[in-house]
Amino acid sequence: MRDWPIKRKLTAIFLLISGLVLVLTSAAFVTYQVVTFRQTMRSNLATRAQILAANSTAALAFANEADAREILSALKYDPHMVAAALYDRDGRVLATYPVAASADLIPAAPQPDGYRFEGARLVGFTPVAQGANQRLGTLYIASDTKAVSDALRLSGIIAIVVLAIALLAAYALAAALQGRISAPILALAETATAASTRQDYSLRAPKFGEDELGTLTDAFNQMLGRIEEQKQELQQHATRLEQRVAERTEELEHRNEALRRNAAELLAANNELDAFAYSVSHDLRAPLRSIDGFSQVLLEDYATQLGDAGRDSLQRVRAASQRMATLIDDLLKLARVTRAEMRTERVDLSGMARDIVVDIQRTTPDRQVEFAIAPGLEAQGDSRLLRVVLDNLLRNGWKYTGKQPQPRVEFAAVDENGGRVFVVRDNGAGFDMRYADKLFGVFQRLHSAAEFEGTGVGLATVRRIITRHGGRIWAEGAVDKGATFYFTL
Amino acid sequence: MNPGKILLVEDNPDDVTLTMRALKSHNITNDVIVAQDGVEAIDYLFGTTGRPAPTDLPAVVLLDLKLPKVNGMEVLQRIRSDERTRLLPVVILTSSDEERDVIDGYSLGANSYVRKPVDFVEFTKAAQQLGLYWLLMNRAPPSPRGP
Repeated sequence: MRDWPIKRKLTAIFLLISGLVLVLTSAAFVTYQVVTFRQTMRSNLATRAQILAANSTAALAFANEADAREILSALKYDPHMVAAALYDRDGRVLATYPVAASADLIPAAPQPDGYRFEGARLVGFTPVAQGANQRLGTLYIASDTKAVSDALRLSGIIAIVVLAIALLAAYALAAALQGRISAPILALAETATAASTRQDYSLRAPKFGEDELGTLTDAFNQMLGRIEEQKQELQQHATRLEQRVAERTEELEHRNEALRRNAAELLAANNELDAFAYSVSHDLRAPLRSIDGFSQVLLEDYATQLGDAGRDSLQRVRAASQRMATLIDDLLKLARVTRAEMRTERVDLSGMARDIVVDIQRTTPDRQVEFAIAPGLEAQGDSRLLRVVLDNLLRNGWKYTGKQPQPRVEFAAVDENGGRVFVVRDNGAGFDMRYADKLFGVFQRLHSAAEFEGTGVGLATVRRIITRHGGRIWAEGAVDKGATFYFTL
Repeated sequence: MNPGKILLVEDNPDDVTLTMRALKSHNITNDVIVAQDGVEAIDYLFGTTGRPAPTDLPAVVLLDLKLPKVNGMEVLQRIRSDERTRLLPVVILTSSDEERDVIDGYSLGANSYVRKPVDFVEFTKAAQQLGLYWLLMNRAPPSPRGP
């Protein structure tokens, strides 16, 4: 029963209740019928007996057997009458009915007055009296109870028929009415199953009324609605996320494409620069060698014919070609700095600076410049490129202190805003701050070649190297007050 | 003492003239054989259909790098890959001091790498020193064909 469908459960409950009620009602009805019928039967028998008794007074008073027999014989019109007898005052049988009644039908002596059922019979003893007090004898009368059992059978049949019809009607009603309760529950169950198996939260359970089931249905539908909303929201989020991912991916692809193109362009440009530099390195110097060489040949072989002016001109030609060779070399260095592969390592800048100073002092022993190199300065970078930086800055310091009686060049570092700033400072010619931005441009010079020789490539090279290291370089100075170069790495 | 010859591989006639002048002005009187490109240099060293290879190898090869047809590196490669010329002293004498060329030159077995100075006085000094060193001071490898 526990696993029965709710429909069957409801029908069974209805039938059980109505069946019980019907059975109880029928039992009461049958009992009532039987009791009533027996009472009626007893009172009818008593009435008949009193009539008989009244008619029998004369026969008994005169002990007239024939009359008594005559009177009793009237009972034959009632098929239910089984036996009857008249007893005289002394209790002797005067007459019986039927006339030849067997002894077991007629009690030998009269028994106390009254009526009672004995087995399948209703028997009774009634006094036969004259007037109020003079008892003449006793009438015995016995009837069968077929009428009772007939009535009982009829009632039983009626009860069973009614019970059957009522149960059928109850079944039909139960089948029809259980739907009121089971239908919403079944609909809920169906909706819940469908929603969970198909993951379709747009489903709604049908509502059948405003009762508790209606409330349950409403609550369930609201729950589904909320789930659907949340699902939609989730989906929207997912869709938005996917869109954003797709957009970002596309953007990234574009950027990658652009980067690839840039890299390819850069590579092409680098290769071109490479080829150009290689070509310059080989081809541009050869004519200069010819110019210088043949000028020298003229100077050696035709010195007397040339005269002073001619020799001077040729010397100038030679100087110019040599200067151009230097320019080409410096430009090539700048190009190399741009192209060179960076190998980052820990670099001992102090040691490097000391080496450079030793080299400067070895090649120019005639000048006394004081170099102050702070110890322990280190940086992360490409040692060859950083050597170019220090070489340029220290040689610049050396060069521009050429007219200073107490030349001094200093290399140190200060910590500024959490970062390390390296400083190369000299007390030389300095420069006008108005032109500070021109210091690092290629071929940009703030002094004439006659004042201080140079090509204007050195600081451009330095700045390119610093930039490649992700650092910054700037300068401060004033005319005749020295110059200070700051750089970070 | 037979100091041998110099094979000058140089395509620029000005450079040839200036180099010859530098060598001669310092009394390095050896025969200088000039090859104007890589092909000529290889032909000289290994012979062609018309002319057989010389019985004596030069004492030194002064090799320019940027040459028409076959460049200096290829000539050097060819010299080092042949059993007969494997040990022949080769000095690269060129305009450039590109690091790439220096590394490639030594990698291929050049004995020396000299950059031609623009200043002719310097150039003359270099040529003189080269000549003196390779022709007079340097002990040449034994001839592969025996004495």
